[in-house]
Amino acid sequence: MVQSYRLDKIGLVNREKKLSFKFNGKKYFGYEGDTLASALIANGVHLVGRSFKYHRPRGFFGAGVDEPYAIVQLYRNGETEPNVRATEQELFEGLEAKSVNCWPSVNFDIGAINNFLNIFLPAGFYYKTFMWPRSFWYRIYEPFIRKAAGFGVASKEHDKERYEHKYEYCDLLIAGSGPSGLASAYAAAKNGARVILAEDKPRFGGSLLTSDVSINNQSGKEWADNIITELKGMTNVTVKNRAQIFGYYDHNMLVMSERVTDHLPKSEEFTPKQRLWYIRAKQVVISSGSIERPIVFGNNDTPGVVLASAAKEYMKVYGVLVGKKPIVFTNNDSAYETAIEFKKNNINPIVLDSRQDSNSEIIKEAKSLGIDIKFSHVVVAAKGYKKVKSCDIAEISEDKQNLNQIKNIECDCICVSGFWTPTIHLASQSGGKTKFKEEIDAFVPDKSKQKEVTLGSANGVFTLEETLKTSFDKGFELSKEITNNNNSQQIPKVSEKKHSKHDKFWCVPLPKGKKYKRFLDFQNDVAVSDIELAIREGYRSIEHVKRYTTLGMATDQGKTSNLNGLQLVSNIENKVVPAVGHTTFRPPYTPISIGAIVGREIGKHSKPTRKSPMHNWHKKNNAVFVDAGVWLRPRYYKRGNEGLFEASKREAENVRKNVGVCDVTTLGKIDIKGPNAAEFLNRVYTNAWLKLPVGKARYGVMLREDGIVMDDGTTTRISEHHYHMTTTTAQAANVLSHLEYYLQLVWPELDVNVVSTTEQWAGAAIAGPKSRDLLQKLFSDTDVSNEGLPFMGFVEANLFGVNARIFRISFSGELAYEVNVESDNGNFMWEKIIEIGKDFDLQPYGTEALSTLRIEMGHVAGSELDGRTIPYDTGLDGLVSKKKDFIGKRSLLKKAYNEKDRQRLVGVVPLDKKTSIPEGSHLVKDPKGKLPNPKLGHISASCWSVEHNNPFSLAILKDGKNMIGSKLYAMSPLKNKTIAVEIVSSHYVDPKGERVRS
Amino acid sequence: MLYIKCPHCGLRSQNEFAYGGDASVKRPELNKEISDQEWDEFVYLRKSPRGKHLELWHHVSGCRQWIKVLRDTSTHEIFNTYKSEEKVG
Repeated sequence: MVQSYRLDKIGLVNREKKLSFKFNGKKYFGYEGDTLASALIANGVHLVGRSFKYHRPRGFFGAGVDEPYAIVQLYRNGETEPNVRATEQELFEGLEAKSVNCWPSVNFDIGAINNFLNIFLPAGFYYKTFMWPRSFWYRIYEPFIRKAAGFGVASKEHDKERYEHKYEYCDLLIAGSGPSGLASAYAAAKNGARVILAEDKPRFGGSLLTSDVSINNQSGKEWADNIITELKGMTNVTVKNRAQIFGYYDHNMLVMSERVTDHLPKSEEFTPKQRLWYIRAKQVVISSGSIERPIVFGNNDTPGVVLASAAKEYMKVYGVLVGKKPIVFTNNDSAYETAIEFKKNNINPIVLDSRQDSNSEIIKEAKSLGIDIKFSHVVVAAKGYKKVKSCDIAEISEDKQNLNQIKNIECDCICVSGFWTPTIHLASQSGGKTKFKEEIDAFVPDKSKQKEVTLGSANGVFTLEETLKTSFDKGFELSKEITNNNNSQQIPKVSEKKHSKHDKFWCVPLPKGKKYKRFLDFQNDVAVSDIELAIREGYRSIEHVKRYTTLGMATDQGKTSNLNGLQLVSNIENKVVPAVGHTTFRPPYTPISIGAIVGREIGKHSKPTRKSPMHNWHKKNNAVFVDAGVWLRPRYYKRGNEGLFEASKREAENVRKNVGVCDVTTLGKIDIKGPNAAEFLNRVYTNAWLKLPVGKARYGVMLREDGIVMDDGTTTRISEHHYHMTTTTAQAANVLSHLEYYLQLVWPELDVNVVSTTEQWAGAAIAGPKSRDLLQKLFSDTDVSNEGLPFMGFVEANLFGVNARIFRISFSGELAYEVNVESDNGNFMWEKIIEIGKDFDLQPYGTEALSTLRIEMGHVAGSELDGRTIPYDTGLDGLVSKKKDFIGKRSLLKKAYNEKDRQRLVGVVPLDKKTSIPEGSHLVKDPKGKLPNPKLGHISASCWSVEHNNPFSLAILKDGKNMIGSKLYAMSPLKNKTIAVEIVSSHYVDPKGERVRS
Repeated sequence: MLYIKCPHCGLRSQNEFAYGGDASVKRPELNKEISDQEWDEFVYLRKSPRGKHLELWHHVSGCRQWIKVLRDTSTHEIFNTYKSEEKVG
């Protein structure tokens, strides 16, 4: 197919390389260097989508990041992405894209009926329409809104692409490679500063690519190319294209999204699709340029109405004509460059200038080229549905109120220019205020808040000469402060055409009797009438008007619409624009993919995975793993067809009958050393620690200052001033921070040091009646008899030549030991235990059996110490010292903590001795009681008691001590279960604790 | 993301630190009889000023020292940082 709108001799695309692509199923051709937008326009395609609310036809409006219309669904390498701006998506071989927000097709869209029903969709229609009846919300309104909302469809498939994050530091970060960016980067880099220069487009140079200027007798583009080439060759400079700095955060942290392979048919292996850069800069130069704003007129959303600067860019960069019968409608001189460019390419434009006259250099040139210029003329309304076919034009009175001599002229595009709006997003995000600059009718940054400076047209400076001068000066000055170097550059000589003043005119009045829609926000279909309605309804604050009408709330965030919206509000309210103010600029400047934000932190990479030194043995021996915090722990070891229940029951039974071994490496371990270590522990734990002898372990409970139990565990006195503390797996990090807090800030006079040794030790718990016999075989030269190593005893021993620590402590309620060796010897220890354990019917057991054993013992753990319980609630009364003070003790005097019917730890058994009680069930008196049914307590942990062969649970129950023997009901609405239960003691096995001492 | 100067390690990004709240809170001495109100104020009541605030940060992914940071809560400006034992003022 012929690219009938492609110009022959102009543009920067590579005509040697033809690319084929598909749009809405139809095949087209473009060139390397095209965007999807330029390639479609070259093929005469202007209808690309439908608008959000009224489903009006949508074409192209801009040529870059500001594009409000041309949003497509992209298909690339078997994946699909919604919300892609065709003006930014570079063409690649085999690209496929589809229109969004239309059904069944972009040419015939059923939703366009909204356009004719538009009196039902006024400003705030969400709030007005979907309010009642309430019962309609879930069934009718919500599905309707969901169906109507958004542009395109997110893929339900897992994103196979790779995204990365990168942290970077620099002296100067420069956002934008237009004249101000290049000049400041060059001056700073030459003065020795470390510079990062970021350009969001594929090509560097910004406005220099399209403006008719010369710098040092080179064209703007040549000068830019030379500067970029030189910068790229410097080791202190990083130059990035396709990189959008979208957020300015605290302390000069900026975030940049680099589209690494979005322009290629697919990403190479190990190459990310996108890369997110977190850049901490000493100084920031905001050289983000400016965006042309439209003039508002009737049906100004018709495909074929484009920004004048975009029309110029399509010609000069892509060699593409947006139309062959153009109207250029302007209130300023810059659009004449577009008109002249048309003329140079043998197209005859008609210029309508709202000003009464102007005789600047560029207008003289246009006149000399024979361009038809009509001053005091405006476009009243575009005509045509899916593409501009003609337009009504009129002469406008001096006061801009009256239209005379309306007539229709034929055209196929309207290139509109309402002057330029500085892109102040980053400057505003940095926290700085803005000020309204009367000469340009737009906001510019006021005083810098952070270490940043805004240069060039982003700062409202629209002449190249001044831009280059200030940018060279600033780049040098900022770099000098950082590097102390003094190499300044010669400011180049500039030749450019002087412009005369623009006209404040921005909105064409409606002719008498006409009701054309005049759009402000093209993506969210917000028309002049919507803003007028909102203000009639009483909305005053610009922030409220924005949210009520959705002005500027679309994915383009109002880049082309915000200022005209402010103009309108200020006109209606008879205020000046600065008095109305503007809405807050928030990051991101442009939509950022979720993939880029998440980076590599997906799936298993979202947190570290910690494995014990015995992990591979567990894996080889059919362990089924469970996440325990960041650790992977064996939940059970599967034999044959066993499931979780059978396997964990077998393992727990074997501990009660013979002996089992469990990997307890994950327990937190903290080494505590110093002459005041005993005193410190005495303050940290609720029980007494001053008299613990060397070689003995003690169980301890620590509280937060509010009296809630923080953690529990055993601590062993290794030597006079050396203790080994264990914490629960989950709380290890918190406990260390807690200890450091008290040592560093509260009691700095205590001479104690703490350090985590969790990873230094591998641990194995050996539990069961045969554990001592096994231990004796493992440690043949150590006396592990009841006398040699009594309950809560500790000894250092020799495990076949490996140093080991043996603690006689028990979590299971059986005679038990924990053996620790240095991590590197963990696997050796484990295999020795397994090997020698065979003689004693040893089986490894996982966390499920471990839980079963502790639950039926009534031994509390994380599900009881859940951040809501005090020691009295969990049967730990005996550990609370009455004599000494400790962290959190004063809180235990609270009245509520000492109520007679305070919650207590109890055991719960189902009356039928068969039905397991779901954890989290509520205990109630009357299962049919009126809602809300008073809750007496909750089931904290459940197991199948291997000792009694029936279900058993622990519960925290109100007045629990006095409830033993009573009958209640456990209700789980989630599992739809109501179970009659009996309350029993929490010590379901060996209540006197004889086995651990045997 | 804040850039915090750890007095032990130098300038580090906020993600190396954990926030520790108001640094002016003083724990009542051990074994001292105090009223319920005094104790509750210590445990629960914290000022939440707009403006200058002396606060604790814990350099958890660094030197593991608790430090004091004088920060403006509305602008995030950090005026100074101190070691735990340093007098502020």
